Amino acid sequence: MQVKLALPKGQLQDSTADLLKEAGFTVSDYCDGSRSYRPQCSGDSGLFLKVFHEKDIAIQVAIGNYDLGICRLDWVEELLAKYHSEAVVKIRDLGYGKRSLYAVAARSSGYSSLEAWKNHNDSLRIVSEYPNLAETFALKQRLRRFQIFPVWGSAGVYPPENAELAIIAETSSRKLKEQGLVPVAALLESSAYLVANRDSLERKNLSRLLASLSTGEAAVSYVKEPPAIDASFEAQHTARRGSSVSLALPDGHQQRHVVAFLDRAGLKIEGYNAGKASNRPRTDLKGVTVKVIRPQDMPLQVANGNFDLAITGTDWLRDHLYRFPSSPVDEVLVLGFGKVRIVAVVSKDLHVSSTDDLRKMKRDSALRVASEYVNIADKYAHDNHLAPYKLIPTWGASEAFLPEDADVLIENTETGSTIAKHNLKIIDTLFESSACLIGNTEAKRWPEKKDRIAYLLETMRRGVEAGCVS
Amino acid sequence: MKVPRCKGTRDLLPQDMAKFRRIEAEFRDCCLGWGYQEIRTPVLEYLHLFTSAGTLSPEMLGRVYSFLDWDGWSGERVVLRPDGTIPAARLYVENFQNLPIARFCYVENMFAFEGTGKESRERWQCGAELIGGSKAEGDVELISLALEAIAKLGKKPVELRLAHAGLIKTFLEGLGLSGEKEADVLDQVFSGSPGVLGDLKGGNPELAKNLQLLFGLKGNSPGFVENLRGVFCSSLPALEPSLDELARIANLLTGLGFNYQIDFTSGRGFEYYTGIIFGFYSAGRRLGGGGRYDELIPLVGGKDVCASGFALYIDELMSLLKEVPPRERVLLRAKDAAGLKPSLALARQLRDAGYVAEFDLGYRETADFRWVVNMRGGEGIELLDQSSGKKRRKTSPAELLKLLEEARCK
Repeated sequence: MQVKLALPKGQLQDSTADLLKEAGFTVSDYCDGSRSYRPQCSGDSGLFLKVFHEKDIAIQVAIGNYDLGICRLDWVEELLAKYHSEAVVKIRDLGYGKRSLYAVAARSSGYSSLEAWKNHNDSLRIVSEYPNLAETFALKQRLRRFQIFPVWGSAGVYPPENAELAIIAETSSRKLKEQGLVPVAALLESSAYLVANRDSLERKNLSRLLASLSTGEAAVSYVKEPPAIDASFEAQHTARRGSSVSLALPDGHQQRHVVAFLDRAGLKIEGYNAGKASNRPRTDLKGVTVKVIRPQDMPLQVANGNFDLAITGTDWLRDHLYRFPSSPVDEVLVLGFGKVRIVAVVSKDLHVSSTDDLRKMKRDSALRVASEYVNIADKYAHDNHLAPYKLIPTWGASEAFLPEDADVLIENTETGSTIAKHNLKIIDTLFESSACLIGNTEAKRWPEKKDRIAYLLETMRRGVEAGCVS
Repeated sequence: MKVPRCKGTRDLLPQDMAKFRRIEAEFRDCCLGWGYQEIRTPVLEYLHLFTSAGTLSPEMLGRVYSFLDWDGWSGERVVLRPDGTIPAARLYVENFQNLPIARFCYVENMFAFEGTGKESRERWQCGAELIGGSKAEGDVELISLALEAIAKLGKKPVELRLAHAGLIKTFLEGLGLSGEKEADVLDQVFSGSPGVLGDLKGGNPELAKNLQLLFGLKGNSPGFVENLRGVFCSSLPALEPSLDELARIANLLTGLGFNYQIDFTSGRGFEYYTGIIFGFYSAGRRLGGGGRYDELIPLVGGKDVCASGFALYIDELMSLLKEVPPRERVLLRAKDAAGLKPSLALARQLRDAGYVAEFDLGYRETADFRWVVNMRGGEGIELLDQSSGKKRRKTSPAELLKLLEEARCK
């Protein structure tokens, strides 16, 4: 019987590859820079390996698509915080990839303890890549009123202007300090963990992997008390929303396009260059602050007035508006660069060539639709009457899901070559997306920002009209 | 593809609905008779209504159905109502704060996640809330109302068990546990797991022993309350106000001839309870319960007003209720086009007289009906009594109704 093991990409990849090697498995195509999602284990045809984003692994093991998986404990706890499932069994701490989950505030906020935040009069804004653990934390701490903002990354850059607290994973409190953050509570100590599907443990023989994937035990537990806090900084309360205009710029794939665009538009932003950008680049424009966050998170942040303007893609704007139709965020300027198509993709082996074929396809179970764009995928399936269907949210490496773990993928593509390389084919184009400037439709209520917003808008418009797109 | 019911939900079939409506009707009737006015709160409420400290415990909040609404871009979560009292308190603060006393009753569904899916995640309750007024007399009024409603459903005997939230909380505060531990223990006691008290290691071991002793004692008289005072108050004088309140209620209940048992292991309830806790039991099953919650109204933004309430669990009452006898049914057949109009008129008269008048559309098992009426234009009414096989011919609906009434009275 085939045994299926889900392996992590990213930070845990090298250590996990070493672990497999030490355990006597000769695995090819599982190393930094490899584009394959299906590493091969030579000499062991009974072992099926697939590479996922860590966050997806806990889910894949829980639903039984994989017998075993390796991911950090924080992602397992994030799943279990919301979905009290007994399907995931935490087998063993693998001892590497250690980090802790902290509730942090900005050092400049002046609030050095959780008790101080509990007495805060306004609703507390908490940002996190771990929204379920953030909610559990807020309930356990009996915060009277709070708002959880799920983000795709860069949670530490939000406090104090755009959130009061962030729940973030970091390897040491020293690193938090370097980011201008102070921990007010520690939630969890985490490291790479071997997890199993309970049903697989009961029915299948996984003993070879279970016996060999061991590097010694390490205690992992919820941290009861917050770590010592260096409260020597000067208490200085920062206003939630100042009069300066806050601009969000994207990291990731869009960054190089945006750098070129801003340069040609004549907007000088220091520290936002090719390579690793600072989270808080500087600008000599008076009354304008800039932060670098994930483009996925921008519509929600602009809607909530945490940022006034942001450069994202129409794909993420649509994904947000499909979920929250009355959200006060809108496209204020089409920038035009970074063009991609949002497409529906299936395996080349599937005998369908259109969405219509997909609808007519006979099947015994619900159609599995995977995507990072959960709301766009939901609308696609709904509008095209693909019911019954199940949505599978993904956090990257989405092509890996087809065909074993999903039937359809809603994905973006520039040229289609990556899709073709993974033995997939496009059956539908949902829409075209490109970079855009988004703003809050209620921004006019803040007259002190009006002129500066108008200036930025005009500058960017001139940049577009002059044809200065990359 | 067959689409199943959602896990943890149940369908109410016709026989279930007959029981449900009977319970609802009896409960409403009782409440209206006591001066309680019916309300219904929305099934959706903001989460923060329930996160205010002291309203629902983290354990209960961890099981609420919370989600972002279509306009939830601000991160403001809404929940499917997990409790009836807190929304009723909100409704009171919004609309009736100027009244010196408000009496509300409701029949509503509550939602809480339950992991196995074997128990229902949607639970219907009959609730009553008394906001303002005198404390002990108010509690006794609510207990009397609940017992009356249960009695109307034929549930006898019903055991009334009493405990006191203020007394339990005062004991726990005296133990010197950490805030988090104290809240956790209280949560478990109120969830029906008083066993947690056996492992307590606070700064006051004598008090821990006394607390275990309290949970091991049972009594059914005002004298028992005085005995508790004698045993515990020397080491914890702060218990006096709670014992005074418990004594007053015990005296009132004894004076009214109610049987009751003071039993702290029955002290199940909500974290917002501050005083008396009462539970109603029959054949070992908890049919409902309630308690005093004097701090809740201020917590949801109202004035400092005392309040108390209870809920009866419809699922439990339904499982104990016998089948509700159906109304007598008559099957009508229009044998030709001319018979249709008079049969419609007759059906209306039968319904007005309290019968179920059902038309034969060709698929009904006639054996389900004692009475079958055949109508043919110009030929009067033919009545078939299927229990005897007799056929009779009547010239008018009045004659027919008279015959049916006579048969019903036999």
